[in-house]
Amino acid sequence: MPEAGVEVGAGPGDLFLSISDVSKVFEAGADRIEALHHIDVGIAKGEFICLIGASGCGKSTLLRIIAGFETPTTGQVLVGGRPIQGPGSDRGMVFQDYALFPWLTARENIAFGPRQKGLAQDRIRAITGEYLDMIGLTRFADRFPYQLSGGMKQRVAIARVLANDAGILLMDEPFGALDALTREQLQAELLQIWARTHVTIIFVTHSVEEATLLGDRVVVMTAGPGRVEGDIPVPLARPRDVSAPDFNDVRRGLTRRLRR
Amino acid sequence: MFAERGQSIALGIGFPLILVVLWHVLVIATGTQLVPTPYQVWRMMVDFSVGGVYDDAFSGTILTHLLASIQRVYGGFFLALLLGVPLGLLIGRVRAIRQLLDPTLSLLRPVPVTAWLPLSMIFFGLGPRSAVFLVFLGAFYPILLNTTFGVRSVDARLFEAASMLGCDGSRMFRQVVLPASMPAIFNGIRLGNGFAWILIVVGEMTGVPTGLGSVIMDGRTLSRTDLVITGMAVIGISGFLCDRVIVAISNRVLRWSPQHHA
Repeated sequence: MPEAGVEVGAGPGDLFLSISDVSKVFEAGADRIEALHHIDVGIAKGEFICLIGASGCGKSTLLRIIAGFETPTTGQVLVGGRPIQGPGSDRGMVFQDYALFPWLTARENIAFGPRQKGLAQDRIRAITGEYLDMIGLTRFADRFPYQLSGGMKQRVAIARVLANDAGILLMDEPFGALDALTREQLQAELLQIWARTHVTIIFVTHSVEEATLLGDRVVVMTAGPGRVEGDIPVPLARPRDVSAPDFNDVRRGLTRRLRR
Repeated sequence: MFAERGQSIALGIGFPLILVVLWHVLVIATGTQLVPTPYQVWRMMVDFSVGGVYDDAFSGTILTHLLASIQRVYGGFFLALLLGVPLGLLIGRVRAIRQLLDPTLSLLRPVPVTAWLPLSMIFFGLGPRSAVFLVFLGAFYPILLNTTFGVRSVDARLFEAASMLGCDGSRMFRQVVLPASMPAIFNGIRLGNGFAWILIVVGEMTGVPTGLGSVIMDGRTLSRTDLVITGMAVIGISGFLCDRVIVAISNRVLRWSPQHHA
């Protein structure tokens, strides 16, 4: 059973983040493209949700709506019972291409959010130091992004939203641009950070294996228009073993749902 | 490493040396009286710098003329910087200001700065203020256009990242737009500096008694080509040195982006 003990279809009172009846239509001239078709997903606090689907299924669009970068054509997204109004520091996006501020060092990138809040200098220094330590980059704190490897940059990007006290991490194929070894390492580190900080994570990926490894639940989406094909709990104890037979069973099940 | 540096220096210095030798050979071979030899220009340069060769009105006056020109170049240049950068930021960032100013500026931009000479003499009279105005015009457009371009080409993701971290409004301007545009702004500053030195000669044709441009004009009137070339050389060297200063500042400010290092 899922370790977090989350029941699928929990009552609305238990929901931390609720996506209800969200559609998104992009209009380009006479063309009308329906990217998302009446999506309903509820997420409990501290859950690790993976969104998976073929390209064009709208999973990134859904994530950007939750982030507040796009507004839905119908429906709404509630966080803690309140509808979201644009981007906010309660939700932190981790982009595939990092989107670090190239003119700021690793330390200054992590300090960016706390600085916006106008915290005292020593408080900012303490928070920044804590997260630099958490991601193991204390030695590289004063490097600029161009002096960091892809994996290091993504660690900084994760620390940047955590340092800003984001309760919800929105991750858009965050490890897609990394080599296999670095990806495995970062997946393990992300799970450790998740266990330590109890943040809620919505993780977009196109890798069935990654979704099986990370998610409490996997939301499978299909394209044309983007719909939720299935909302599947992953009944595997953590830490998960990618070579175990039951891991393979879950993965095979997910792959079948994707092909449907 | 050292071999590469040695080669760079040898080629960089060797080529102008060959040009000087060629210049000397051609003057001697054609027997022209109109163009002085490199050696005659060298003597003029020494006289212009410290005197003791011809001892005429130009002997040992280099500092007077150089300082006058630098004042005008950087008077005009800093005016252009002070106006061009903020205006470029606004045009790039605020749509209403872009709609208001862009058509007018686009219409005025193709007009060569030299074409403004008669009008600037009417506006500012025969004097250094006219020169400053022309230098300003020449430096203004590259600074303005590059700043606008820099603002317009900031990666949209950085705005998203900043807004989700709680940054908005004027803080977004200061903390994201300005630093992200810095490479383009410095590009404009470098180009603007180049144009400022080009235009100083035009600016000092307007009847000012001092300045390197006026030295060149006097040299032409007096048929003293060695003086003309001396003035040209001083302008070239000064512009080059100022460019190196700007590059050094730029490399320091843009130390986060080695691809923008010159």
